[in-house]
Amino acid sequence: MSDSLYQEIILDHYKYPHGRGLREPFQAEAHHVNPTCGDEITVRVAVDGGTLTDVSYDGQGCSISQASASVLHDLLSGQGVDDAFEVERAFVELMQGKGEVEPDEDVLGDGIAFAGVAKYPARVKCALLSWMAFKDAASRALATEGEVTR
Amino acid sequence: MANDLTSPLDVDRIRKDFPILDRRLAGDHALAYLDSANTSQKPQAVIDALTEHYARHNANVARAVHQLGEESTAAYEGARDRIAAFVGAASRDEIVFAKNASEALNLVANTLASGLADDPRYRLGPGDEIVISEMEHHSNIVPWQLAARRTGATLRWFGLTDDGRLDLSTIDELINPRTKIISVVHQSNILGTVNDLAPIVARAHEVGALVMADASQSVPHMPVDVAALGVDLLAFTGHKMCGPTGVGVLWGRGAVLDALPPFLGGGEMIETVSMEGSTFAAVPHKFEAGTPPIAQVVGLGAAVDYLTGLDMAKVYAHERELTGYALQRFAGVDGVTIIGPDTPEGRGGTISFTVDGVHPHDVGQVLDEQGVAVRVGHHCARPVCVRYGIPATTRASFYLYTTTDEIDALADGLERVKRFFR
Repeated sequence: MSDSLYQEIILDHYKYPHGRGLREPFQAEAHHVNPTCGDEITVRVAVDGGTLTDVSYDGQGCSISQASASVLHDLLSGQGVDDAFEVERAFVELMQGKGEVEPDEDVLGDGIAFAGVAKYPARVKCALLSWMAFKDAASRALATEGEVTR
Repeated sequence: MANDLTSPLDVDRIRKDFPILDRRLAGDHALAYLDSANTSQKPQAVIDALTEHYARHNANVARAVHQLGEESTAAYEGARDRIAAFVGAASRDEIVFAKNASEALNLVANTLASGLADDPRYRLGPGDEIVISEMEHHSNIVPWQLAARRTGATLRWFGLTDDGRLDLSTIDELINPRTKIISVVHQSNILGTVNDLAPIVARAHEVGALVMADASQSVPHMPVDVAALGVDLLAFTGHKMCGPTGVGVLWGRGAVLDALPPFLGGGEMIETVSMEGSTFAAVPHKFEAGTPPIAQVVGLGAAVDYLTGLDMAKVYAHERELTGYALQRFAGVDGVTIIGPDTPEGRGGTISFTVDGVHPHDVGQVLDEQGVAVRVGHHCARPVCVRYGIPATTRASFYLYTTTDEIDALADGLERVKRFFR
């Protein structure tokens, strides 16, 4: 049945999310909603000297949207800014690939579990919700780097 | 056996009229279509009417003098006659075709807000009040919010009780001499609640206000008689009542439609046009600018014939039986909570619920893998979700072709959902 969609890795991240909760300090945050289903996510980004020292998040929604945020935290926290954006691009490309993009585990780690989601157009938005919020927050964090919010 | 209720409908026979119900889905699952509040399926008679129109009679209406034009016009206007009779309109001229119920609601909100009516009762302005409810579909909220912003009128609303009904306890204050119009839903698309409009109509007419009903979810499912309801305006849509998409209906009391100014301007809504100004056609054509949805109206006429042939009282009785069965069945599924009335009284066959610990999107996805089609989300009625402190619901909705087997498939599917996410 939903095996191609609900990979065990996704269900694990959903049930036991990594790094959940909004933390300080941070330079910018973004709140995104999926208007069709009401899912929402807030992502905070802390940058220090070209490194994402923390990507924290909180939200509510389906297993796909919440597990994706957990994977995002794992993949991007502690990364250099350029590497993080490369991962972000790879994840977006995977999700928009209609199931025809072969994911690179070295780049995407647990994110490769979302390959099956790309075959369900209605769920791609769920998987991308936190990543879009991240992109939004990170762009603003880089613009204001140095002015740490407390 | 498809149906073990004491239903007055021969559902096994009816299902043969709907070719899509035989579809096999991915994984060779049978389809259990429990999303009729979203859109209903179409009987062969409606599909044939559309095909027949395009294959044999296609021409524009009310413009052509040739034979096809006359056939097309006769079919279009003939559908208006049957739709008028279907809802008990006093005259065929009280039926206006729009593209959907949203457009019908927007027509009324916009014409009241336009300030173009001669009679001040049909002009919204500062100090005037509009009353809706917390139970409305977004299509009966947003047009009024926009109208209030344009005119300086104040938007107010009925709240909801904990058991999913309109809270009428403040009706005499809420509807007052400042109120110009009350627009409320007849049957809620998310809670299933059927609202008794009588006290609202009585109070509204005491203070000289208009009452509009959003009947998108009631006209398809029960006998609706506009005279008996006592409302002034009523909107519904074709695609939820076995008809095609692309056609909705505004019914209005003749005097009310006469008093409202035009909405969209264009061809066939005029009497005479000069460069200095125009005069307008009589209703209903005053509100039907441009080429109307001709084939869709013809298809809706066929849908109304189909429903009339079944007898709407029997459709209603069948769905009431199903609703009672489903409520009882869901009560036996641990972790499932009904959002809305949990008894069949004063409600229709649209049932929203939550499943403990599982997001509706995930519920819907796992059900889909078993061929069970439901809707998930806030159902374009987000204030209802906010009122009950939930992000979204899963919604099962029934129609004249729904069987208890399909409700069983849903209940079994929910057990599987719970196992999957445990």
